[in-house]
Amino acid sequence: MNNTTDLTDSVLELIKLHQNTKGALLPLLHAVQEKIGFIPPHSVADIASGLNLSRAEVHGVISYYHFFRSEPAGRHVIQVCRAESCQACGADELMALAEKTLGIKTHHTTLNGEVTLEPVYCLGLCASSPAVQVDDKLHARVTVDKFKSLLSKIGGVDHERH
Amino acid sequence: MSAIKVFVPRDSAALALGADEVAQALTQEALTRAMTVELVRNGSRGLFWLEPMVEVQTPQGRVAYGPVQAEDIKSLLDAGMLEGQKHALYLGLTDQIPYLAKQERLTFARMGVIDPLSLTDYEALGGWAGLVRALKMDEASIVQEVSDSGLRGRGGAAFPAGIKWRTVLNATGQQKYIVCNADEGDSGTFSDRMTMEGDPFMLIEGMIIAGLAVGATQGYLYIRSEYPHAIEVMNEAIKRALNAGYLGQNICKSAKTFSLEVRKAAGSYVCGEETALLESIEGKRGVVRAKPPLPAVAGLFGLPTVINNVITLASVPLILAKGASFYRDFGVGRSQGTLPFQIAGNIKHGGLVEKAFGLTLRELLFDFGGGSRSGRPIKAVQVGGPLGAYVPESQWDLPLDYETYAAVGAVVGHGGIVVHDETANMAKLARYAMEFCAIESCGKCTPCRIGSTRGVEVIDRIINDNNREQQVHLLRDLCNTMLSGSLCAMGGMTPYPVISALNHYPKDFGIEVHETEKV
Repeated sequence: MNNTTDLTDSVLELIKLHQNTKGALLPLLHAVQEKIGFIPPHSVADIASGLNLSRAEVHGVISYYHFFRSEPAGRHVIQVCRAESCQACGADELMALAEKTLGIKTHHTTLNGEVTLEPVYCLGLCASSPAVQVDDKLHARVTVDKFKSLLSKIGGVDHERH
Repeated sequence: MSAIKVFVPRDSAALALGADEVAQALTQEALTRAMTVELVRNGSRGLFWLEPMVEVQTPQGRVAYGPVQAEDIKSLLDAGMLEGQKHALYLGLTDQIPYLAKQERLTFARMGVIDPLSLTDYEALGGWAGLVRALKMDEASIVQEVSDSGLRGRGGAAFPAGIKWRTVLNATGQQKYIVCNADEGDSGTFSDRMTMEGDPFMLIEGMIIAGLAVGATQGYLYIRSEYPHAIEVMNEAIKRALNAGYLGQNICKSAKTFSLEVRKAAGSYVCGEETALLESIEGKRGVVRAKPPLPAVAGLFGLPTVINNVITLASVPLILAKGASFYRDFGVGRSQGTLPFQIAGNIKHGGLVEKAFGLTLRELLFDFGGGSRSGRPIKAVQVGGPLGAYVPESQWDLPLDYETYAAVGAVVGHGGIVVHDETANMAKLARYAMEFCAIESCGKCTPCRIGSTRGVEVIDRIINDNNREQQVHLLRDLCNTMLSGSLCAMGGMTPYPVISALNHYPKDFGIEVHETEKV
């Protein structure tokens, strides 16, 4: 779905679906991101007028919450937990390994658009730290070797440097 | 021959360790061997170092094996797993595993035992008994029962649930709300997640009872986006409870109404703070509100609202079913009942331990936890989440209850316990606490918004010995400002890990011991 008109149509459809919900903005933004993969900046005006909010209010919410993206993520998203429990079990090494292997810093996407690297503050797997999420799949008690094999499986080794 | 029941957990942590692959291998292999197996995807028992833990129903009881990987299935079946026979991964009868046998599982009694989405299982093990009793009581009596149980908010603030409920009961409004705070963002905590994934009807029942108690007909369950499995299970459980007549209109054929909706959070830690959470449900930035007014008086959409943590609400069905005194008799002093402690981080036997208040950290770390996973000595233990203090060994024999911990500048909080071995650098962890606060601050009050950034800078100067003595003084002063000047616990408690690290581990900050001063 890369046609702007298509995007606008699906956003308008979702607005209609959520318009009468109390506190509709977050459920609507989740729905848009789920459908399109991110929240297109040009949809902010439609969302604002659909929910009777100002564009500033909508933009403010999108930019406030870490979960919402204003641009597409890479084809794969790797999240490395950076919270205390995982830190106590070597999460810093995992993050360093990911940055080195992918050649990008956290919050960035490889130039070929393959992989986005994100920190995450707790996946709730703290008794089995360190934890990593690759796309929808959770991984716990992740060793350096296990993480290397996860990275190579998504073809993360030969990406262009950012 | 009737099918033999085999349990393979569907808890996120088990999935993260290969439970789906195990379930798949088992189904495949049973088919090949023409064995009749009934696969049940249960929640986790909370013995995470043994996950994925497979259980088999035998005439003697459930027998456990773990940690099982998909490639172990063939040899397990060869050894006679379906008859409960020995194998290298054999753990004996599940109920007799000491880690479980030593616990006092009240809220977590069904955890890992049942199929989370089976209404039959839930009812067979005491489910809905609290609701059935509550439906026969008037509002004030339900509130009184919760008050008498001594139940305090399990999210961390430990505010008496009964008082909160009474305030909402006595408040007037055209609509009242029950909001469940399932934004479990603290590192080292996973009891909310386990509850939602492993026993969702218990939480639904608790919320319905809360609604009956205060006259609220609408509930919201605010779940963090990092918990997709919990969201999925809760949505399905709500659907099933609705179809079975426990939710919606005419609950259990009474004249009562209660509707429940899941709201997905969006990755903001501070939304675990109750007023920021309410803002978020309203569709706004998760910015903390000044109190008063309390949410009990003017909460969600400006109307009277009970907002409680998952475990608080999940404790309610049992209190109603068995009576306040049953629950109150567990625990010590003003910390009554049980707390599901969560042992995490660098620990050999990480998991969930539900015990009455009053046991010690040493018991949790060694009797249950078995010491550090790395085998190196344990250096520091953070109790109560990222905003909790680092507790040094000299305090490991204190009883874990709200008052005792408060007296030494620590918190029990949500019962999360994160273990660090001797390789931990406490100055680095103190810096991280400030950095985390800077990332997650909602920005409304200055001590938190600016203080956290200045805190990172000051700690950097201490570490780099840039006028260290003066900077230590400055850090204490800054922490004092944040502690007393912040609007909520985010800025107000970030000093806990920072100051406790500084006080108990001064060497990590490059400070000679005689230089330290106590706050």
